[in-house]
Amino acid sequence: MHPHPETWLKPTPSGLYCVPGDFYIDPLRAVPRAVITHGHSDHARPGHAQVLATPETLAIMRARMGEERAGSALQSLAYHEALKLNDVTVRLVPAGHVLGSAQVVMEHRGSRAVVSGDYKRQPDPTCAPFEPVRCDVFVTEATFGLPVFRHPSPAGEIGRLLKSHALFPERTHVVGAYSLGKSQRLIAMLREAGYDAPVYLHGAHANLCALYEKLGVKLGDLRPATAAQKAQLKGAMVLAPPSAVGERWGQRLEDPVVAQASGWMRIRQRAKASGIELPLIISDHADWDDLLATIKETQAPEIWVTHGAEEALIRACTLMQIRARALSLIGYGEEE
Amino acid sequence: MRAFAELLERLLFAPGRNAKISLLRACFTTEPDPERGLALAAIAGALDFPGAKSATLRELTARRVDSELFDLSYDFVGDLAETIALIWPAQGDDPPALPEVIDALRAAKRSEIPGLIENWLDRSDPSTRLALVKLLTGGLRVGASLRLAKLALAEMGLVDVNEIEEIWHGLQPPYAGLFAWLEGNGERPTPGEAPVFRPVMLAHPVEPPDLEKVDWSAFRAEQKFDGIRVQIVATGQETRLYSRAAEDISAAFPDILAAIDFHAVLDGELLVIRGGVVAPFSELQQRLNRKSTTAAMQREFPAGIMLYDMLFEGAEDIRSLGFDARRARLEAWFARTQPARMQLSPLIGFGSIHDLAALREAARDEHSEGLMLKRGDAPYVAGRPKGLWWKWKRAPLNLDAVLMYAQRGHGKRSSFYSDYTFGVWTEEGELVPVAKAYSGYTDEELNFIDRWVRNHTINRFGPVREVEKSLVFELGFDAAQLSSRHKSGIALRFPRILRLRTDKPAEEADRLETVRGMIS
Ligand SMILES: [Zn+2]
Ligand SMILES: [Zn+2]
Repeated sequence: MHPHPETWLKPTPSGLYCVPGDFYIDPLRAVPRAVITHGHSDHARPGHAQVLATPETLAIMRARMGEERAGSALQSLAYHEALKLNDVTVRLVPAGHVLGSAQVVMEHRGSRAVVSGDYKRQPDPTCAPFEPVRCDVFVTEATFGLPVFRHPSPAGEIGRLLKSHALFPERTHVVGAYSLGKSQRLIAMLREAGYDAPVYLHGAHANLCALYEKLGVKLGDLRPATAAQKAQLKGAMVLAPPSAVGERWGQRLEDPVVAQASGWMRIRQRAKASGIELPLIISDHADWDDLLATIKETQAPEIWVTHGAEEALIRACTLMQIRARALSLIGYGEEE
Repeated sequence: MRAFAELLERLLFAPGRNAKISLLRACFTTEPDPERGLALAAIAGALDFPGAKSATLRELTARRVDSELFDLSYDFVGDLAETIALIWPAQGDDPPALPEVIDALRAAKRSEIPGLIENWLDRSDPSTRLALVKLLTGGLRVGASLRLAKLALAEMGLVDVNEIEEIWHGLQPPYAGLFAWLEGNGERPTPGEAPVFRPVMLAHPVEPPDLEKVDWSAFRAEQKFDGIRVQIVATGQETRLYSRAAEDISAAFPDILAAIDFHAVLDGELLVIRGGVVAPFSELQQRLNRKSTTAAMQREFPAGIMLYDMLFEGAEDIRSLGFDARRARLEAWFARTQPARMQLSPLIGFGSIHDLAALREAARDEHSEGLMLKRGDAPYVAGRPKGLWWKWKRAPLNLDAVLMYAQRGHGKRSSFYSDYTFGVWTEEGELVPVAKAYSGYTDEELNFIDRWVRNHTINRFGPVREVEKSLVFELGFDAAQLSSRHKSGIALRFPRILRLRTDKPAEEADRLETVRGMIS
């Protein structure tokens, strides 16, 4: 008999804890040993003693929090390499969420659990695509765990952005996007669609874009938006954090078209309420169909849900005759 | 259908009035017939599909989606149409064309309609599905969008918007003749002898500074009667009684219709008049909001009309004449015709504005709302031209506001939507809440409003329902004060419902600016 993962993988107030390996996955507070799925601040928190992650995630953590706060000892593990931690073998497998993002695959005495972190199944030119792994327990996110969330093709959404840009060539298009992952993905998709004019960046985006470039993701001609003159930005494409778009920073631009790239833009009244003129439904999280498809592909007889709309996803698992439960971990889902 | 869906989506997100007008104009200029006309008809609320209601759509969805998942989703999204559009399981890429939908619905038997809708939803993408659901359930009749559409048409044809308003009520979807005229490919379509509603002339409220600025000696004064404004259209062959919102209310007033044996278009106030004496509004209320009436009702609450203007005498359009000239025509005609159930609204002589102030205060005792002041040389101009007609309402303060949200009450009213939030229009054409009121209606009115709220809900937020912005109420209040707590920046003291104004189109409810002018 293989030990059921619930005997060796436990939700705790500090996050999900692997007992035989003596490590936490994406811990919510500082711990002696952490395995980090990706660099978003709700998953990669500062102050751990030992940190294990992909080289890209470690680089992102260093860039965002500085060498010291990123952890006392950083150990990198490339995708698919196996590492034995006590009685557990750990592998990191691409999650397709942002550069360096990984699922944590753990094997203990013939039983296998996979923690997805955040993931998506849509194409993304800036990171390796998600790979489904067969397992006994699949621990999934559920950010868009309601059947109303079905993301359209990202290329189509970029097409809408470019169409608006062609329609209003005099207006500055300012697109709200998370500074890690979404911003670089948007730029790369714009480039794929043939847009090769400079893209202007809010200060919050500049560092991470430079890091992506250093890690081999080509983003083309990027310029700072702060130093640029208002007049120079007329008709330009500007990226900024979602919080800056509606604020004074965004209003400094001339007659801007305010866009936002997020899965939440699917709900019109939400988009409208936040003053968005051009909602772009582009998400780095799996939509409803992809959550269900992924659950099926892992062939896991049991699903644990970390954060998001757990209730509906659990209901859907029950309808597919898959056991499912909520871990009710509090503290994820607020990426900056 | 896709272009229509895109138009609706862009209208929703367009940041201002001008942006919305240019989107509408672009649609009218680039879309072919009959698509553009049908889009216009949808916005105008001129399409009705009796076999396709919200309930039909809910049933269809329930067959395809687990009810628990639906409820969780509806709870999150808040809007029924949007929930259905997004949760519908199929993802089609071959949406039906707008004319196809409309023709098929018109031709279908009631039992065939669910099958048609299901097939269309399967063939569509989410944004087309949303447009389809809104179209079917009448959810497109929002706010002032028809007025914006008319402004867009006026821009497109380089004509004055009043030229469109004038002929609007004689037009039928898909408006091919209208578009042909606007594009210079045809004559202006005119209603001819058809008994159509003519756009009415409206008055501006008198604000304190106006009292000093305006030369009142050029004006004529009348009472502002406390009834509902109506238009009699009699062509010699056909007769109609219209409310101010162009609604045909003939069937509810057979007593008035029977009294019309002339050929004219007249403007007046519908009232209950008993032995020549005007009864309070509450009596007229007994006869409003009904599809038909009984002989007993007609005996108990006899309807009459106080005439105050003449638009056509026979087939002759006299709207370009000044008020005095029209009034002379009206008086001569009245003396000749002696129409039953009708009186002439008396002109009130006055020496100065101070005389009028006294008369206005006395209005309270005469079931009158105040005074109307009309320039002697003013032609009859549709809309609300500046400086020609004024209304000077008596205190206490009142305003016409649009119902925005309703909530269930407490105690014996807990099963009724009896607590209301009302809004007025901003300059940008959006409604902002200015008052909550829970009193001032009769039980019968409460029943009517409750039913109306349930049938016109567009959103739910827990116990609160957001309703279609189309029902107007006259609110009374003691004072208006500045307030930082409300988005409107204004709080009303002791607001109460004075009456339901089903006769008044929502676009003509009061503006925030007017309310600001009432701040004491
Ligand atoms: Zn993330
Ligand atoms: Zn996350």
